[in-house]
Amino acid sequence: MRKIDVFGGVAVGVANGLFGGGGGMVAVPVLKAGGRSAREAHATAIAVILPVSACSAAVYLLFSRVPFAIFLPVALGVTAGGFAGAELLSRVRSSLITLLFAVLMLAAGVRMLF
Amino acid sequence: MAFLLFFLAGAAGGVLGGMGMGGGTALIPLLTVVCGVEQAAAQGINLLSFVPMSAVALTVHARRGLVKREGIFAVILPALLSSLLSSLLAAVLPSRALRKMFGAFLVALSAVQFRAAYFEKNRQKSARIFSKGIDKRKNLW
Repeated sequence: MRKIDVFGGVAVGVANGLFGGGGGMVAVPVLKAGGRSAREAHATAIAVILPVSACSAAVYLLFSRVPFAIFLPVALGVTAGGFAGAELLSRVRSSLITLLFAVLMLAAGVRMLF
Repeated sequence: MAFLLFFLAGAAGGVLGGMGMGGGTALIPLLTVVCGVEQAAAQGINLLSFVPMSAVALTVHARRGLVKREGIFAVILPALLSSLLSSLLAAVLPSRALRKMFGAFLVALSAVQFRAAYFEKNRQKSARIFSKGIDKRKNLW
């Protein structure tokens, strides 16, 4: 077992549980360090996050922090969007998306902080 | 109307999630900032809706041979443990505190993303220059 896998794994879990998302963003560089290409790391990150999200989601459910009236439409949208996104991954220039996404994250983050 | 708004927010987050690019980091602020959902609820919704989405996305990626599973359990096992503890912590924290922490997390992630975008762009540029060089050589022949 390599150190970066274990420490990276702990960080993935903390982001996933505490922030309720973003574990994948932490997992991608960890998986790249394991010798995967960018695309492989992005795809494999989903396999890492799936069981971790199920675990965190169970705890959130237990503490009744998932309102089903909102969950249902969002989950339908997410699943449809996820299929489209998976098809797109092999076709788009990733640097453009990364940059666009960074701008959006910065704006949303600042908005939520203040 | 609300149903459509929530569906669209989900679809936007899902596209990024299916690409393995942090769907949750897009979906959660969409739900809280745009749709007015409480932070803790947005986090729970994101986590639970990720499960069916990632199952679908994974089958697409696996068919293309992009999922390299060797050694991922070394990452998954510690992640499972720390996610259990940290989601218990999130369950008792008030939404306002969660929102601030999430905001700080987003700002930090965006810095990492800017850096990644810069390096990716440079790599693509040098790859283009390299292939142009090959084209010129072909013309000489």
